[in-house]
Amino acid sequence: MRENTRLSVAHLVRDPVLLFLVILVFVGLFLFIILPLGKIFAYSVTTNDGRLSFQAAWDMLRSRSYLAPLKNSMLLGITTGILATIIGYVFAYALTRVDMPLKRFFKAIATIPIISPPFILSLSMIFLFGRNGLITRRLLGIEDANVYGMHSLVVVQTISFFPIAYLTLTGTLSKLNPAVEDAALNLGASKARIFRTVTLPLSVPGILSSFLLVFIQSMEDFSNPAVISGSFSTLAVEAYRTITGMYDMRGGSLMALLLLIPTLIAFLLQKYWLSGKSFVTVTGKPTISQQQSKDPKLVWPLFALCMLISLVILLFYGTVLVGAFVKVWGINFSFTWAHFKYVMTLGWIPLRNSVVLALASTPIAGLLGMIIAFLVVRKEFPGRRAMEFISMLTFAVPGTVVGIGYILAFNDKPFMWTGSAFLLIMAFAFRNMPVGIEAGTSTLLQIDRSIEEASTILGATGAVTFRRISLPMLKQAFFSGLVYSFVRAMTAVSTVIFLISPRWNLATISIFSLFESSKYSDAAAYIIVMILFIIVAIGVLNLLVGLMGRGGPSTSGGSSERA
Amino acid sequence: MSERDFSARSSNVTLIDLTKRFRSLDGSGEVLAVDDVNLEVKTGELVTILGPSGCGKTTTLRMIAGFEYPTSGSILIGDKDVAKIPPNKRGLSMVFQSYALFPHLSIYENVAYGLRVQKLPASEIRERTERALDLMQLTTMAKRYPSQVSGGQQQRIALARAIVIEPSVLLFDEPLSNLDAKLREYMRDELRKLQKRLGITSLYVTHDQSEAMAISDRVVIMKEGRIRQVGTPREIYAFPQSRFVADFMGKANFLEVEVLGIDGESARIDIGGKAFIVPRAGKVRPNSGSALLVVRPEALRLISLSNAENEIPLRGCIDRFTYFGNIARYEVSTENGPLLIESYNPEASSIFEEGDNVGVIIDFESVRLLPPENKEQQ
Repeated sequence: MRENTRLSVAHLVRDPVLLFLVILVFVGLFLFIILPLGKIFAYSVTTNDGRLSFQAAWDMLRSRSYLAPLKNSMLLGITTGILATIIGYVFAYALTRVDMPLKRFFKAIATIPIISPPFILSLSMIFLFGRNGLITRRLLGIEDANVYGMHSLVVVQTISFFPIAYLTLTGTLSKLNPAVEDAALNLGASKARIFRTVTLPLSVPGILSSFLLVFIQSMEDFSNPAVISGSFSTLAVEAYRTITGMYDMRGGSLMALLLLIPTLIAFLLQKYWLSGKSFVTVTGKPTISQQQSKDPKLVWPLFALCMLISLVILLFYGTVLVGAFVKVWGINFSFTWAHFKYVMTLGWIPLRNSVVLALASTPIAGLLGMIIAFLVVRKEFPGRRAMEFISMLTFAVPGTVVGIGYILAFNDKPFMWTGSAFLLIMAFAFRNMPVGIEAGTSTLLQIDRSIEEASTILGATGAVTFRRISLPMLKQAFFSGLVYSFVRAMTAVSTVIFLISPRWNLATISIFSLFESSKYSDAAAYIIVMILFIIVAIGVLNLLVGLMGRGGPSTSGGSSERA
Repeated sequence: MSERDFSARSSNVTLIDLTKRFRSLDGSGEVLAVDDVNLEVKTGELVTILGPSGCGKTTTLRMIAGFEYPTSGSILIGDKDVAKIPPNKRGLSMVFQSYALFPHLSIYENVAYGLRVQKLPASEIRERTERALDLMQLTTMAKRYPSQVSGGQQQRIALARAIVIEPSVLLFDEPLSNLDAKLREYMRDELRKLQKRLGITSLYVTHDQSEAMAISDRVVIMKEGRIRQVGTPREIYAFPQSRFVADFMGKANFLEVEVLGIDGESARIDIGGKAFIVPRAGKVRPNSGSALLVVRPEALRLISLSNAENEIPLRGCIDRFTYFGNIARYEVSTENGPLLIESYNPEASSIFEEGDNVGVIIDFESVRLLPPENKEQQ
C-alpha cells in the first residue's frame, strides 16, 4: 500500500504538468463544491450567537412548515419518477425493439424537452388549463379551473423528464445481448413470455436507474413548482421563499439540507449500487443488429401510444408558440409582434447576459470535464477516487442548494464574489461539467490505453499526447459536454436566482418575474427567442468542434480483430 | 535508399537485479511480479521472453519501456541507466498487442507521428516516412485510415511507425496474437526477416512457444517472475534444465527412474527392473538416487509385443489414437503412468488401434535426465 502511494507520488513529481492539473482541479472542486456544501451544513447547526447546536436544527425540523414540503417533494418525485419511467420505457422499447414508422420523428420529439428553456411547459399548462385556458374555459366552459397544484406539476414534470428515462432505458435495451432473447425464442418461449421472463427482468437495473434519475430531477426542479405549484409547497421553492421572502437564511439552509439528503441518497444508489448490477453485456464483438418485431398486435398499439405522447408534447410547445403572438391569451387572440418587441427592448440585456455568461462558462466546463475524465481514467495519483466522486457529486446537488451554498460561502471575505459574473461563470462551469466527465470517461474506457502509450514511446510528452491523441478521440464526448453545458447555463434558474445582481440579471430570471406579474405572452415570446438562441448556438458549436480536429473516421481501438 | 539507416542507433539492453512488486488485489500483501531478473540483450539480437500469463514478461517489457517503475534493480540501454528517464525520452519503440494505431490519423500520419513529435524538418519527415511506408509495402494506402485496412496491414503500420524513429531497442508485446493462424505464421517470418535485415535490437514477449522458436536468437523462459532458463531455441527444447521448461516448451513425458550409476558422460538407469544407458547424464549425480527422465513424444516408438520382449522398457495399452495425417498421436497407459507418443509420417510404419497392447521403445539418444526436484521448484 505504502509502496504504491509512494510510487504514485513519485509519478506526480516526475510530471509537473500532471501535478499542476491535479492541484488546479482539486482547488476548484474544493472552492466551488465542497466549501459551499460545508457552509450550508455548518450554518444549519450553528445558533445565532455562533454556538454549535443540533438541538435548534432538530426543533425547527419537527415543525410542520418543514415536514410538509419534504413530504410533498418526495411524493412528487416518486409519482413523476414512476410515470416518466413508464413512458420512457414505452418509447425506448418501441424505438429499439419494434419496427415502426416515424422513428426519427419520435426520437426528435423525445429530445425537445431536454434542450428547451424552463417554464415553457408550465406556461402551456396555464394557457391550456388555466382560468382563461383554451381547453378548460373555451372548450369545456369551466369558469373556475384551478391549474395550480400537484396534478399540473406531475403532468409538466413527467413530460419534462421522461426523456431522461427514455435515454437511460434505450442504453439498457440496445445493449442487452439479443442472443439471450434469441436463445429464449429458440427454447420455445412465446414473444410475450420472453418479454416477461427475459427482457423485463434484464432491464430492471435500467428501470431503477431511470426512476432514480427522474426522482432527482423532480426533487431539484425549481422552475415548474415556482410557477404552478399553488399551495402545494416543495422544498426547492420553499427554501428560496424562506430566504428571499422571510430573510431566514438558517431556515433556508436547513431546507436545502433536507433537499440534499434524498437526492444524494438516490444518486449514490444509482451510481454505486445499480452500476454493479448492470446486466449489460459488452463483449466488444459486434452484435448482429437484432431483429425488430413486426407483429402488428405489438407495433400499432405502441405506435399509437408514442403518437399520443408526441402529439401532447407538440400541443404544449405549439401553444407557447401561438401564445407569443396573441394580444391577451383567452380574451383577445388577435396577432401581435408586441411581445417580441418587449423582449428585444426591455428583455434584451438579460438575454445578452445569459448568452455571454453561458458562452464564457461552456469551454471551461467542457475542458474541465475532459481533463477530469482523463485524469481519473488514465492517471495514477493520490486522491483520484475522491476527485471522481466530488466532481460527479454536482449532478446530485440541487441547484437551490448550490445557490444557497454559494451565498453563504462567497458573500464575505475572503471571497466576496456574490453578484459577480465570475461567480456565475464558475457556478455554471462546475455544475455543468458532469455530462462531459461522464461522456469523456466512457469514451476513454473504450479507447485502448496503449494508443496513448504508443504516442508516449514515440517521444511525445503528456501534454502533446493529450492534445494530439486523446482530445481528438474525445471529440464526440467533448462536443456533447459543450452542448449540454451551454444549454444548462442558458436555462439555469434555481442556482442563479440567488446569485444574480442588478448588473448581471439573466433571461430565465426575467421570465420568472414575468410570471409573477402574469405577463404570460411576454414570457412566451421570451422563451421562443431563447429557443432560437440555443438552436443557433448548438449549430455554431457543432461547426467549431468540426473545425477543431482533423476529420477521419473515428473508431475506438486500433485493431478490428481485437479479442 | 539504404536500410541500414534504420538501425544506426541500435544498442544493447542490460537488466540487473530487476524487481517489481505490486500491491496484491485484496490490498493485504504484495505480489512479486518480477523477481531479480538479470539479462543481457546484445546489439542486433532478437530475444523472446516466453512464459504463461502472469509470469512477469509483460511487466518486464513495460519497465524497459518506462511505463512501470522498477521497485529495485536497474535497466541499462547501451551503458546508460534509464531509471530516471521518462518513457518518451528513452529512444525506444514498441509494437503493441492491439497495434494501438491512432484511429483519427491517416496511415501516413500514423507513421510520421514520432518524427513530427521530434520536430524534425519537413523534408526529412517526408523522406523517412515514405521510406518506412515503402519498406512495409504501405505506400499505396498511405491516405487511408487504420479502420479501413486489414489486420495484417494494421500490423505492418504499427511496425512502420515503430521503426521509422530509428529506435535503439524495439519492444514487441505479443504483436501477432490478434491475427489468424495463417497470417500469424506469415507475419512472424516477415518480422524476423526485417529485424535481421535492419539489425534492430529487439525484445519480444509472447506466450506462443512456436512463435518464440521461429523468430528468436535466444529465448528466455519466465515463470512466476523469475527467469527459468535462457538459451537458443534448440538449447531450450533439447536441453531443458527443469521440468517446467521441458513441459512449457513443447510436449514432454516425465518418467521417474532410478539412477544406478554414472559412467563418465553417460548414466545407467533402471526402468521397471531393467537397466538402460542414457548417453548424457547432465547434472545428475551418482548419489542422486532417483531422477526425472524427460522424453519428448517423438522420442518414443510403439512396437507390437511379439517382437523381442526383453529390450522393451515399457509396455502398455493404447487409450486413444488421433490421426492428424502427418502425425499419429497415441495416449498409452503404462505401469509408469500415461505416455504421449507421436509418430511422424505414420503411413510409413504400422498403425495401432485403441485397445491394442503395445511395447514402447525409448530413443535414449534424445532423452534428458534431470535431478529430482521438489514440487515448489517446478
